[in-house]
Amino acid sequence: MRRLFLAATIASAATATAQQPATMKPGATLIKNATVLTVTKGKLENTDLLLQNGKIAQIGKNLTAPAGAQVIDATGKYVMPGIIDPHSHSMADAINEGSLSVTSMVRIDDVLNPTDVNIYRQLAGGVTSINVLHGSANTIGGQNAVVKLKWGRPVDEMIFKAAPPGIKFALGENVTQKNSQQAAQAQGRPLRYPATRMGQEEVLRDAFTRARDYKATWDDYNARIAKGEKNLVPPEHNLELDPLVEVLEGKRFVHAHSYRADEMLMLLNVAKEFGFTVKTLQHGLEGYKIASEISQAGTGLSSFADEWSYKVEAYDAIPYNVAILMHHGVVATVNSDSDERARRLNIDAAKMMRYGGLTEDEALKTITYNGAVQLGVQDHVGSIEIGKDADVVIWSGDPLSVYSSAETTFIDGEIFFDKKRDLTMRDQMAKERAALEAADRGRRATPVIP
Amino acid sequence: MQIRRTLAAGSLCVLPAFSLGAQLGSFNPPPGPQGTFAIRGGHIVTVTGADIPNGTVVISGGKITAVGANVQAPPNAQVIDAGGLMVYPGMIETGSSVGLSEIGQGAVATVDIQEVGSFNPNAQAFFGIDPHSAHVGVARVVGITTVVSRPTGGIMSGQAALINLAGDTPPKMAVVPRVALVIELPRSGFGGRGFARAAAQQGSPADASRTRQLQMDSLRSMLRDAEAYGKAQSAYAKDKTLPRPAHDVVLESMLPALGGQMPVIFPADRANDIRDAVTFAEEMHLKPIIMGGQEAPTVAAFLKQHSVPVIVTAVMHLPSREDDPYDINYTIPAKLAAAGVQFAISTGDRGSEIRTLPYNAGMAAANGLSKTDALKSVTLWPAQIFGVGDRMGSIDVGKMANIVVTTGDILEAKTDTKYLFIDGRPIPLDTKHTQLNAQFKDRP
Repeated sequence: MRRLFLAATIASAATATAQQPATMKPGATLIKNATVLTVTKGKLENTDLLLQNGKIAQIGKNLTAPAGAQVIDATGKYVMPGIIDPHSHSMADAINEGSLSVTSMVRIDDVLNPTDVNIYRQLAGGVTSINVLHGSANTIGGQNAVVKLKWGRPVDEMIFKAAPPGIKFALGENVTQKNSQQAAQAQGRPLRYPATRMGQEEVLRDAFTRARDYKATWDDYNARIAKGEKNLVPPEHNLELDPLVEVLEGKRFVHAHSYRADEMLMLLNVAKEFGFTVKTLQHGLEGYKIASEISQAGTGLSSFADEWSYKVEAYDAIPYNVAILMHHGVVATVNSDSDERARRLNIDAAKMMRYGGLTEDEALKTITYNGAVQLGVQDHVGSIEIGKDADVVIWSGDPLSVYSSAETTFIDGEIFFDKKRDLTMRDQMAKERAALEAADRGRRATPVIP
Repeated sequence: MQIRRTLAAGSLCVLPAFSLGAQLGSFNPPPGPQGTFAIRGGHIVTVTGADIPNGTVVISGGKITAVGANVQAPPNAQVIDAGGLMVYPGMIETGSSVGLSEIGQGAVATVDIQEVGSFNPNAQAFFGIDPHSAHVGVARVVGITTVVSRPTGGIMSGQAALINLAGDTPPKMAVVPRVALVIELPRSGFGGRGFARAAAQQGSPADASRTRQLQMDSLRSMLRDAEAYGKAQSAYAKDKTLPRPAHDVVLESMLPALGGQMPVIFPADRANDIRDAVTFAEEMHLKPIIMGGQEAPTVAAFLKQHSVPVIVTAVMHLPSREDDPYDINYTIPAKLAAAGVQFAISTGDRGSEIRTLPYNAGMAAANGLSKTDALKSVTLWPAQIFGVGDRMGSIDVGKMANIVVTTGDILEAKTDTKYLFIDGRPIPLDTKHTQLNAQFKDRP
């Protein structure tokens, strides 16, 4: 069944879109004479980069290409780590299990669509990894998936296996459903608890209290088994509470959609009380109002660059948010939360230089290294360092310039987007399409006489 | 130095507004007085002519009075040292609804963008624009000095205004209070506007098609009524012995559009809708401007043949079809430029995000449009399309002094604004966002 599903998705990947399939064989690649933005170790001019066995093998000047390696002359071009988008809904065929307010049991893994054309569009914007999250309908929304954008591959190959598991929480207007209450009433749907921020605190407290009891029951059982007791009846499994126990044990990252400073502070306090750390506040548009508290909690924050005013809780959003947080020592990132914006996160990063005066490296970190930290994959991606995954992008110029565009995108050393190849394939496909249409017209023109 | 004092004084004036901001809801500090200013030593990007690498721009009484490499500052001028800085004309966003909509969701009382009913030619944006919208300040500090703000929805949405983003009343902001009529032509089939959409949702394509036909009939008859009304009024003006026609403010409001003095904005993205709009405009003797233009490149020859300009709002939109090239919308402006179609670039955003206008132009430049055309597409060309090309859109003597002094290329996201003049008045660079930043950035 599983194999059939994969076969079907691969077939549809090949036929449903006119985008190029990834066919490049994994071999060594030597990128020559580029300006390399390492992000963690500064800017290296006229530098070569050797990608081998899926890793960044060498960084230096006048490197020698191993036999059989493809050599790319990147004179005048820039190379930077692949962009990491910490907040995406691309590939997710379902977003919200919008029934209960605690749906920790549902998993994005189960609904990832590897043929979503947005994968390809984002590769063309230099993005290599995304954090696919549930929506914000529920206080506890479900288990997220960190994905490498290996366009054309089955889902199993796209899952970022080194990434620790995570879970999406949500607070504020989307959970209280204030903006959809009228519609709900018109459709005869009942209002859902919680309908206020007060209720959200209670829902969290209730869920973690139950999770703590559940954990105690299992801990007790396991301790008795360990002591050699026999014939014990094991406690019942609870798919809702299992992931929350992992949160309590620090094994699962919490990514919490939140807007207002008060609701963020509430969550940080609940987490402290239950003994876990919130990994990231997602959006966190008013994070700048409590930057010290976020910093002290050891929590990261992932924000829009400059979106604001689209709803009441976004009215105090300011584009200085990320810079203020970074200056307070918070690991902060810029995210897209959008198939569209994900394609130009480099421009959003550049805005962080204007608003708050981040340096070039700090601006780049907001879309690379800091995202890797927030997703727990900083030992694998997020900067150009020897031994890291070869997730790198060649840009036509400085990626912090609006005039630059991604030309070649590598993941694990393989090319998944190449602008020149795209243009060639486009011509071929246009011809193929014209031929098929002509053939179709020919068939229709033939009258069928019974 | 002197300007620094002026601006510092301006900033001081802002302080009361800052402390009262929460109560008053005005985040936009008032402009300083018109005076004589000399912006000296900057790299001047005139847009119409060659750049002047080290020149001076003189502003007086709201106008640009001198531009050049060897221009002397008048003795009474306040001198602004623009050494190492860039000097640009203000950018113009023509696809907005600035001042008509503050918070899109969950605060319906702040959204005054669409009248009830389908035909509201007399609904004028000018009367609904809130000069104290926080969007105004936030947009102008990136160098957007002027916008077209328009009502939306229905079939005849109303009339757009062309306003400067400075001034504490609509009359002080307005450059052209009634700059264009907006007609959202009902689309055939599914996903159309107005009643066509409702019909499509409820019934069959045939129902939707019938509904559209009825709507088009209503639209035609309304415009013909206005035409007849105009004829009756002018006949009566010449000959008072004729029966006096009753006045009708609704019909009256359409006359400038029927005469062709006032252009008509037709929102249209699909090729068929663009063709329909142009054909309809010609039938009714209207002067069309296409707003949207996603598929305009596929009808570029037609648009050029009919001399119809396009406001491209789709540069940053996702491709609408799965098998479209990933860059299909990034390349719209380059394709229109190559085909000789007149166009401007716009964000198409109501207000809060219009500050991303320069990056829309930049994205077009990264995808085939020349950098100089990208700049023109947000300065001179939108001015020309809306009939104010002789008054703004470039740094030329006699034009309105809408001038931005920046740290670098105005289309780059990292570039910051150092000085801003609108209508020859110095504009403090405080916004709702800088105020919140100042309040919280150093909070322990």
